[in-house]
Amino acid sequence: MHEVVRSGPQAAAKPILPVSAERLFVRRKGRVLLDIEALTIGGRGTTVLVGPNGAGKSLLLNVLAGLRAPDSGRVLWNGEPPNRQRYCRFGMVLQRPVLLRRSVRANVEFALRAVGSSAEQARAQAHRALEAAGLLALANASARVLSGGEMQRLALTRALAAGPDLLFLDEPTSSLDPASMQTIEAMVRNASEDGMRIVLIAHDLAQARRLGDEIIFMHRGKIVEHAPTDRFFGAPATPEAQAFIAGKILI
Amino acid sequence: MQDFAASFFEAFRLVLGLDPGLIEIVLLSLKVSMTAVFIATIIGLPLGAFLAVTRFPGRGIVIVTVTALMGLPPVVVGLVVYMLLSNAGALGPLQLLYTPTAMIIAQTVLVVPIIAALARQTLEDLNGEYRDQLMLFGLGSLARLRTLLWEGRYSLMTALLAGFGRAVAEVGAVIIVGGNINHVTRVMTTAIALETSKGNLALALGLGLILVIIAFAVNALVFLLRAAAERSAYA
Repeated sequence: MHEVVRSGPQAAAKPILPVSAERLFVRRKGRVLLDIEALTIGGRGTTVLVGPNGAGKSLLLNVLAGLRAPDSGRVLWNGEPPNRQRYCRFGMVLQRPVLLRRSVRANVEFALRAVGSSAEQARAQAHRALEAAGLLALANASARVLSGGEMQRLALTRALAAGPDLLFLDEPTSSLDPASMQTIEAMVRNASEDGMRIVLIAHDLAQARRLGDEIIFMHRGKIVEHAPTDRFFGAPATPEAQAFIAGKILI
Repeated sequence: MQDFAASFFEAFRLVLGLDPGLIEIVLLSLKVSMTAVFIATIIGLPLGAFLAVTRFPGRGIVIVTVTALMGLPPVVVGLVVYMLLSNAGALGPLQLLYTPTAMIIAQTVLVVPIIAALARQTLEDLNGEYRDQLMLFGLGSLARLRTLLWEGRYSLMTALLAGFGRAVAEVGAVIIVGGNINHVTRVMTTAIALETSKGNLALALGLGLILVIIAFAVNALVFLLRAAAERSAYA
């Protein structure tokens, strides 16, 4: 699925993994939104972020992605601060996917052109990516007329097309029907099996179980538990995690 | 009453007969206002784009000022440009007063705030929506801005047309700096004012008719562009 010709900036860009965070702190209006002592995302597999609403999961992803600057602390991509030249090795599907006001095909081609593919390469790669995602029939439709599930699939296809080393997904299946959810999960699983490092925010625990090799449980801006999936669900170490798994609301 | 009916009839005859005097005035109007909008776009679009995507101290004040300037009274603009271009003014040596160039300058001053303010609003909204995604594409600030301009093309076109509508319909500024000289600086609005006061209602009405048609056409175009923008934006 990701046989991509690495050329131009992508070939020249330095590696992005491991991504690490040190003493991240974000506060707004007196409320602590993020307070992370240390976190490293490296190796292989899929990490799933779980936690109640407002726990800071999206904010953490955005800060690690270099889209938001923390009030203090720092994020390092393989030892260096994030810089835009290395976004070609990084993919992210935002909580509300932003599709350009162009065709489905043009959306994917745009992303490929941005990482330095030639027009010809981009056309061929986009074709393959859309085919693999089952979106080829919609290739010439306007991206803005797609259904919610198709939009998410396009956003994911676009993020995968350039073959990034690291992929962030912010609730990729929230508000999708079961069929769309299964398609997205299959695409994520395939990418993971191809060796892509994946960090995903899950809004439901069943999905976290299905996709996660490890779980990070966040609460009130802090990482409360960071454990392999089996251990997290089988023997959660903290009362907060136990309450969350049991479906009790945490404030 | 009979006079009015006769004037209407005469007006239609002038318009449909493509009266040369009338055509000359219409063409000068279009030339002056289109040139003014063109220049105002070159100034106003980058200004609006700059205000949309940058943050600096005093930005709020600049935005309020630009937006407020959308309501500049044309007569006051005419007066200020007159003072600049008159023999005693800073630009007096250029001898531009009572030329079409003076009218273009005045209309440009009127249209720049409209284009800048509307473009700022459009691009700022778009940037809020697109910023993170364009960052993720690894685009630099110029490439991001270029993408925003393209994505917002329909809305930006409506800003230009709004500017043109204002320019072609105003009378206060062009009559002061242009002087309404026959065959030189007489445009539709100044001609209508003059011919009405002379009692030559036929020519005034004929020009009025064309002006209304142009205003209608511009607004229809704005409407169609909005519809196109919405089609490309939503379901």
